[in-house]
Amino acid sequence: MLSSLAAVLFDGFAYGMLLFLLSVGLSVTLGMMNFVNLAHCSFAAVGGYATVTLVNRLGWPFLATLPIAFAAAALVSILLERTLYRRLYRSSDLDQCLLTIGIVFISVAAFAWFYTTEQQSARVPEYLKGSVQFLGVNFAVYRLFLIVFGLATTAILVLLLEQTRFGARVRAAVDNQRMARGLGIDVDRAFMITFALGGGLAGLGGALAIEVIGLDPAFALTYLVYVLIVVAVGGLGSIGGSFAAAAVLGISDMAGKYYFPWLGAFLIYLVMVGLLMWRPAGLFGKR
Amino acid sequence: MRWHPLEIAFWLCTLLPFAVAPSYLSLASQIAITALFALSLDLILGYAGIVSLGHAAFFGFGAYSAGLLSKHYLGEPLTGLLAAAIAAGVLGYALSHVIVRFRHLALIMLTLGFGLLLHEAANSASALTGGADGLQGIKVGTLFGFKFDLYGRTAYAYSLAVLFLCFLICRRIIHSPFGLALRGIRENATRMPAIGAPSRAHLRKAYTIAAVIAGIAGALLTQTTSTVSLEVLSFGRSADVLVILILGGAGRLYGGIIGAIIYLVARDQFSGINPQYWYFWIGLLLVVVVMFLPNGILGGLARFFPRRA
Repeated sequence: MLSSLAAVLFDGFAYGMLLFLLSVGLSVTLGMMNFVNLAHCSFAAVGGYATVTLVNRLGWPFLATLPIAFAAAALVSILLERTLYRRLYRSSDLDQCLLTIGIVFISVAAFAWFYTTEQQSARVPEYLKGSVQFLGVNFAVYRLFLIVFGLATTAILVLLLEQTRFGARVRAAVDNQRMARGLGIDVDRAFMITFALGGGLAGLGGALAIEVIGLDPAFALTYLVYVLIVVAVGGLGSIGGSFAAAAVLGISDMAGKYYFPWLGAFLIYLVMVGLLMWRPAGLFGKR
Repeated sequence: MRWHPLEIAFWLCTLLPFAVAPSYLSLASQIAITALFALSLDLILGYAGIVSLGHAAFFGFGAYSAGLLSKHYLGEPLTGLLAAAIAAGVLGYALSHVIVRFRHLALIMLTLGFGLLLHEAANSASALTGGADGLQGIKVGTLFGFKFDLYGRTAYAYSLAVLFLCFLICRRIIHSPFGLALRGIRENATRMPAIGAPSRAHLRKAYTIAAVIAGIAGALLTQTTSTVSLEVLSFGRSADVLVILILGGAGRLYGGIIGAIIYLVARDQFSGINPQYWYFWIGLLLVVVVMFLPNGILGGLARFFPRRA
C-alpha cells in the first residue's frame, strides 16, 4: 500500500514536470498579453516531431535532438507571432480562440499528412531505460530524468525572471503592461522573446513526452485541455503557480487512474471546475 | 419588426428540398438541426457575448433525455421534445448562475470544463447511457400519424417546423427591449446596470433560453436518427457549432443557418476525403475568417449592401 502510494506520487510528479514544461510558456505569455493561445500544444508537437525525425530518420542520439526540438518550436512560434498573433492582441477572446483553434486544426492535419496518424516513438539511450530500486520501490530512470530536468528548468526560469534585467522587464509587463510601456520598456520585444522561449519549452516538453505518453497528430488537442488546466489553475504569469498546479494535476491524474480507473478523466475536470469556481484567477494568480 | 422580402424568400427556399432533392432530405434535416443548435449558440455568443467552448453539453443533454424517455416510457416525439427542452433548461439555469460570474479565460475554461465533465459522466454511466456504444433501442412513435422513415420526409418537415418556430421566438426576443439590453451587456457589462438593465439576471435568462433551444436541437437529432451516440456531447461538436456560427456570422439571426448550410453541404460533398484533412480546411477557413472577414460571410455581404438608414 505504502509502496504503491510512493510509486503513484513519483510517477505523478514526473508527469507533472512534463505538464509544467508544456504549459509554463503559455502561462507567462497569457499573463503578459492576455492572448488566449490555444495552439500552444501545437508548438509542443513541433518539438516532438523534430525529435522523432532526427532520431528515426537521421540516427541522431536522443539527447542531442533536444536543443533542436527547442529551437524548432521556438522558431515556429516566433514566426506565427510575427505574422498572425500580433494583429490580434487587441481583439476579443473569441477571435483569439478561433484563430488559434484554426492553427491547431491545421497543425493536426499537417502532422497527419507528413507522419501518418500512427503513434510515433523515438529510441532513448540505454542509460535512460530500466529502473533503480530504492526502499523496495521501483523508480524508472527516465522519470527520474524528467524530474531532474523539470526542477532544473524551473530553477533556471526563476533565476532568469527574478535576477536578470530581462526578467524584470517581463515581470513589469505582466503586472501592468501600460505602465511598463510608459517607463520605456519595449514590451513587444520582451514579449517576442518570452513567446519564443515559451514555445521552445513546449517543444522540449513535446520531445520529452514521446517516451512517456507518446506522440500522434492529435497531441495538440488532447493535451491542450491539460495545459489550459495548469495555466488556469496556477494563475496567469506565475511560474511558481504553474509548477504547483502541474505537480498537483500530474499526481491527481496518476492517482485517479490508479485508484479510481472507472472515473476516467472525470476527477480531473471536477477538480478544475471546482478550483476555478473557488478562485477564478487561479491559485497563485493576482488578477 | 417587419419581414424583409429576402427573409420570406429564404424560408420559402427551405421547402425546396422536398421537390428538388428528395434523396438529400436526411442531409437537409441534419442541416436544420445544426442550424437550430447554431442559433442557440448565437443567442449567447453573438448577442450576449458569452464565449462558450462547451455548448454541446446542452445539445447532448437534450439528446439523451429524449432518447431515454422514448426508450423506457413513451416514444411520442412532441412529448420527448418538451421533456428535452425542460431538462436542458433546468441544467442551463443551474449552470447559468456559475457562468455569469466569470469572464475571459476562466469563462472559457469553465464552459469547456462543464462540457468535458458531462461527456465523461455519460461515458462512465454506461448502464444508463450505453457508454461509448451509444444508446440503443430507441423507438420513436409516429408524428400526427406520419412515420419517421428512411427517406427522411417526415424528419425534415418536423425539423424544419421546429427550427422555424424557434427562429420566430428568437427573432422576437432579439428585437425586444430584452434583446437590446443583451447587446448592451455584450458591449459594456458594467455600464448597463446603470441604465436599469441588470446584467447578470439578463445573462442568466439568455443562457437558459439558449440551453432550452440547444436541448430541443439535441432531441430532434435523437428522434430523427433513432440513436444517441456519445459524440453528441463531445468537444468536437462544440467546436463545430462555433465554427459554423463564426463562418456564417455571429450576432445575426441568419448567421448560424447560413453557416450550417455551407458547412454541412461542403462536408457532404467532400465526404470522400479523410476527416483529418477536412479539418485542415476548416482550420484554414477559421484563420482566414478571423483575419479578413471578422463578421462572417453575412457580415462580409452586408458590407456590399449597405442598409438604408
